[in-house]
Amino acid sequence: MSRDQLSRVFAALADPTRRDLVARLSVADATVGELAAPYDVSIQAVSKHLKVLEDAGLVTRGRDAQRRPVHLEAQVFDLMTKWIERYRAQAEERFRRLDELLDRMATDEKRPERKTSHDQQTDRDHR
Amino acid sequence: MTSKRTEIIADDKVPTITIIREFDAPRERVFRAWTDPGIYAQWVGPRSVTTTITRWTARTGGEWAFSQAVHGADIPSFFGSFHEVRAPERLVWTFTWEGAPDGVSLETMTFEQLPGDRTRVTGVSVVDSLEGRDQILKSGMDVGSSKAMRSSTRSW
Repeated sequence: MSRDQLSRVFAALADPTRRDLVARLSVADATVGELAAPYDVSIQAVSKHLKVLEDAGLVTRGRDAQRRPVHLEAQVFDLMTKWIERYRAQAEERFRRLDELLDRMATDEKRPERKTSHDQQTDRDHR
Repeated sequence: MTSKRTEIIADDKVPTITIIREFDAPRERVFRAWTDPGIYAQWVGPRSVTTTITRWTARTGGEWAFSQAVHGADIPSFFGSFHEVRAPERLVWTFTWEGAPDGVSLETMTFEQLPGDRTRVTGVSVVDSLEGRDQILKSGMDVGSSKAMRSSTRSW
């Protein structure tokens, strides 16, 4: 994938509506009308989003003149998703550990003697 | 649950990575988890990695460094400067991975108090090129290889 295309993919996926569209297209092809239905926006607005996704190579439009269903180009999407999703998953894993720590810190803060013994204990647990 | 999921944004025009996550804790506590070395070391790396803080002066103008090991074997470590420590709302540091010593990112963490004693942390990392940024995103892809293991430890 070229750098330019990669940049377009990143830009396309930076928008929450477009990410949502991509998520729904990962289930099945859909027409513009079907895609627009759940949103409080015009078909034109959704078409604009689809154009961005199409320029990035993430989706293609079917040949059926009436419906022109939107199809997700999985191979492009897969590569990008893998990068970002892997990165995200690693961060999420860290943050879940932090969630647990924050809970334990709350317990410690209630104790009269707040100390690092529990930190050292946890340190040992991680070794 | 949805709001707790980590969100990642890679800007198209500037070489940044934005990461957003909410926590069920007041921001003073979340800020402490980022600035207390004993606590930070417990969550910064993947579970398989042991993190040892070697330098840590969490004040504006201070410095930090930590080393990491996987299954007892040392892997390239990280160091940087605390550019600004403004408890409990803002933390700015530089971040360098020793495996790419000429590279440096500037990372700004904003801690926003939400209703119900929740905190939203928004971290923005700026690197010197889109290519470098994409490399960072890409680096986590092949998890399990030693290279990916190294790079997977880079984020805060």
